[in-house]
Amino acid sequence: MNDGAPAHPDGHGHVDVAKVTLSEEIVDRASVASTDVAEYATWLGDDALILAQQLGWWISRAPELEEDIALGNIALDLIGHARSFLHYAGTATGRSEDDLAYFRDEHEFRSVHLVEQPNGDFAHTIVRQLLMSLYLFELYRELAGSADATLAAVAGKAEKEVDYHRDHASQWILRLALGTEESRERLLVALSDLWPYVEELFRDEPLHDVLAGIAVRPSGLREAFDRVLTDLFAEAELARPRTPTTSGGGRRGQHSEYLGYLLTEMQVLARRHPGATW
Amino acid sequence: MNSAELTLPATDDAQERYFQELIDRDSRIEPRDWMPAEYRTSLIRQISQHGHSEIIGMQPEANWITRAPSLKRKAILMAKVQDEAGHGLYLYSAAQTLGISRDEMAEQLIAGKARYSSIFNYPALTWADMGAIGWLVDGAAICNQVPLCRASYGPYARAMVRICKEESFHQRQGFEILLELSQGTAAQKEMAQDAVNRWYWPSLMMFGPPDDESPNSAQSMAWKIKRFSNDDLRQRFVDMVVPQAEVLGLTLPDPELAWNEDRGHYDMGEIDWAEFHEVLAGRGPCNAQRMQRRRDAHEDGRWVREAAAAYAEKQAAASLKAAS
Amino acid sequence: MTTPGERDSADTWPLWEVFVRPSRGLSHVHVGSLHAPDETMAVRNARDLYTRRNEGVSVWVVRAADITTSDPDAKGAFFESPSGKNYRHASYYTKSEGVKHL
Repeated sequence: MNDGAPAHPDGHGHVDVAKVTLSEEIVDRASVASTDVAEYATWLGDDALILAQQLGWWISRAPELEEDIALGNIALDLIGHARSFLHYAGTATGRSEDDLAYFRDEHEFRSVHLVEQPNGDFAHTIVRQLLMSLYLFELYRELAGSADATLAAVAGKAEKEVDYHRDHASQWILRLALGTEESRERLLVALSDLWPYVEELFRDEPLHDVLAGIAVRPSGLREAFDRVLTDLFAEAELARPRTPTTSGGGRRGQHSEYLGYLLTEMQVLARRHPGATW
Repeated sequence: MNSAELTLPATDDAQERYFQELIDRDSRIEPRDWMPAEYRTSLIRQISQHGHSEIIGMQPEANWITRAPSLKRKAILMAKVQDEAGHGLYLYSAAQTLGISRDEMAEQLIAGKARYSSIFNYPALTWADMGAIGWLVDGAAICNQVPLCRASYGPYARAMVRICKEESFHQRQGFEILLELSQGTAAQKEMAQDAVNRWYWPSLMMFGPPDDESPNSAQSMAWKIKRFSNDDLRQRFVDMVVPQAEVLGLTLPDPELAWNEDRGHYDMGEIDWAEFHEVLAGRGPCNAQRMQRRRDAHEDGRWVREAAAAYAEKQAAASLKAAS
Repeated sequence: MTTPGERDSADTWPLWEVFVRPSRGLSHVHVGSLHAPDETMAVRNARDLYTRRNEGVSVWVVRAADITTSDPDAKGAFFESPSGKNYRHASYYTKSEGVKHL
């Protein structure tokens, strides 16, 4: 071989999947979160967890094998973010990431309504993913500069991964919008179904004031979110939907009807064996 | 590649001699080489079936992704099922080099015209099945697959090299799931034993019928597609899992399992081939469900695939227009 | 003549060949193929499929139909010339054995 590297004995090239350096699975800086920071980390963790749980359903059901793998990668990134945030949140009360994921009831979850919306068809899943990825990218970019070192570290890694997610979703938006009549029609339905849940993402809560310098005020992210969306919609020849905003309330534990079913399924096995390790 | 190029004269002695010479000296056959029509057909059948097995094999485990009992296990399981999509994809690509398209293979599968490993027609009823599938089913698959890394057809062998490397984590994670359960609460241990009881015999059937009843084996061995007989591989697998079961503290459901000093192997009980043929004939517990799920994914995804293709066409036309 | 496996008209999405550079300083190596509607998606699918275990730092994709290969039936004639031209190899020159830095 020209570069002097030894050829693989199988003549398979020398891309060796067995030789990898194992890196940290979750970001853990061994610091203990305050009650407020733990609450904030729970918000972030729950959004990522619920979204990952939704995407996991697609693996074995995607439109093409390549997409099974792409959605799987995104879901795995999100589980990683959820685990890091929930692990950190748990340090405040001596609970593990799994205690928080599996042994909290619906009203104790802090996810936004957008991630709770059902997978629907591929267009719904992609629109939900686009809106969340655009929001999370702006959020993590800011949070990477947080005064809280753990939050900053998790956000720093997540920002790069979410950057890829928003690219993936944007590419699909273009293809669905400009592909066939059917795909455009389905995309328009999905956009109008999910648009009402956008507003909640950018609503400031009292906790954001309490955690000034640590938490990111979501209202400040709206402009950047809109700018990216406007450009994408222009390219995709889409207009912003006019469907009215819903009240939200996920950050206060007021959820859509969908969350209960999702949690029931997610938690069923762990709850049947409290205290067990897996 | 058009089909005219594929139908080279099968009677060309010189080409046939060259093909046999390559096989004899353990070289590899590559896609554009002349090959006997039966070698091609037999490979297309084997590789596409292998690909279908990976794709259908995603389902029993995907069934537990949403219910995995810890976030770490959820991530591992997702990564594993995702790998299986990748393996199906590598195999379909290898089959494509022989002149069949991905869409043709997908159509054959959902039309019920293609076979896949019948093991996936058993249901995954509890979380412990994730352990038993990883340990026993993937373990048996690895026994079958490692020799295929030296199969005479280059693209198949190369796909298998990549698959075997990735599979090594699958078996280990299954073993670890069972170990955790076996060392856990009484209910967990019971769950693990029940799963092993259900998956052990089907995993032995994965090696196929006994050698004296295996119609395609002799020719496959002569062509060095297959390198060991069904019974040899089955024996190798049993010899491997018996000591592993001891480490797990679980019992294999075969009272006749016993070490045979003379043979240097474990003796085993008789496999219920009637059940094997029932499942193979499509009368397994989950045949219809697995097929329906695959058909739904394929049909529900059609508009998405078509949209992306239409978009690509429009973009290509636009850039062509811009260039002129 | 294009690469084997390319049957463009038969599939909804065409076939692409994927090359991965395992690390800086090494060549891109052919690792396999995949399906994608266009080059934008092909390079992303390649990233998702062939680098999910840290296998690469760079990815090339090329439409299988765009690859030109040598004619397999002419392989005798095509690759005959190099044999017998041993003077192209350093090992051909034996008189300098034992001389340093040569």
